[in-house]
Amino acid sequence: MADRSENAIRLRGLGRDYGDRPALAGVDLDLPAGTSLALLGPNGSGKSTLLRILATLLRPSRGEVSVLDCDLPNDAWKLRGKIGYLGHEPLLYEDLTGRENLEFQARLYGLPREEAASRIDSDLALLGMSRRSGYRVSDYSAGMKQRIAICRAVLHRPSLLLLDEPDSNLDPEGREAARTLIGRSEELGWPAEGPVTRVVVSHEPEKARAESDQLLELAIGGVQA
Amino acid sequence: MTPSRHAFAAIVGKDLRTELRTMRSLPAMVLFAITTFIIFRYGLDRTALSGSLASGVIWTTLLFAAILGINRIFLPEREEGGFDAFRLAPVDRPVLFTAKAAVLFLYLAVLELIVVPIFAVFFLQTWEGLLPLVLILLATNLGFAALGTLISSMAVNSRARDLLVPLLLLPLVVPLMIAATSATGPLLDAGGPSYDKFGTWLLVLGLYDGIFCLVGYAVFDFLLED
Repeated sequence: MADRSENAIRLRGLGRDYGDRPALAGVDLDLPAGTSLALLGPNGSGKSTLLRILATLLRPSRGEVSVLDCDLPNDAWKLRGKIGYLGHEPLLYEDLTGRENLEFQARLYGLPREEAASRIDSDLALLGMSRRSGYRVSDYSAGMKQRIAICRAVLHRPSLLLLDEPDSNLDPEGREAARTLIGRSEELGWPAEGPVTRVVVSHEPEKARAESDQLLELAIGGVQA
Repeated sequence: MTPSRHAFAAIVGKDLRTELRTMRSLPAMVLFAITTFIIFRYGLDRTALSGSLASGVIWTTLLFAAILGINRIFLPEREEGGFDAFRLAPVDRPVLFTAKAAVLFLYLAVLELIVVPIFAVFFLQTWEGLLPLVLILLATNLGFAALGTLISSMAVNSRARDLLVPLLLLPLVVPLMIAATSATGPLLDAGGPSYDKFGTWLLVLGLYDGIFCLVGYAVFDFLLED
């Protein structure tokens, strides 16, 4: 078994209930830093719940959770700023433009103005959103929102990327661009504190096997398959 | 951690920009207040008010207009995922409380800047009491802002938030309203303002403000937990 400090994520008997209904039960995992994990499973198997627990947005009901050497939920505050999270919701303000949303995000993360502008420009260009970044998010299609949401999730160059179906709503060109931004962070010169670890929820097992170092398959009721 | 002043400025700037662009809160608050003044004017069949009656009319109107703003203050965070985005950011959580309270304070100040002169035109025979009234308005706004932000953050995740906000807010706001109306009444006397117990009521308002600013700052971290 890998040493605790070598693992970006370590789970032991993780469980989460919503009322009486178990969403996750008995999940064990060791994910070394700098590797990628594909989360597979049918709808309702707890993939998004697991991702939200790792992102510190949900508390586990039982079990041990260690993320980037921080024990959750007690040390959750230490992880703020180190995680890039893309959920089902794009977490974008509809009445701001795409660029304004990213600028707001950059200010929350304390990025220097020039560095933030440079990252925003390059990420928007990579995802083909430069020309449309001045439109309000409420005027965007679902795919355009997803592109800006991906930019938002990676803008602060996190050490851990938690992505819930990042391909959803994207056309083939968008998928390729997103894959470049998400999957080749080291080549793009992310100044993350260490190697970037990725956890990606997917509904395409074949593609997930090809693109990930590890697979974790959850079954209905959140039990590890 | 991002310096709190940067995060505070970012949130306040975002909210003000959104309000200027969409005008979702302030116009409704102003329209409500003006309509209420018209109803009072014809309902009471009086062209002039003074003393405690004038105080009651202005504070009843401002209180319910404020509730319209309080109801909406966290809506973008709830509906567009701003709470999650904020919880992931390296920012002290009470910064969101102080920023939202500041935004609400500004909304109330703008509301009063528009509707208090209208109230004066509608009802007051002498405007001498308006200048000291500014102090009472600012002190009461701070209490409204702190308590309103706290209550709104508790109610926003409920489907019944439109019911919950007044249900939780109104009992707690009674001391603030007693102090505000008691301090305002003598200022709006027909013969000109009198300052009987003005300092005492201002002190009560200050104490109330201090308590709810501290309570909000202290408990907000827990309110953002899942």
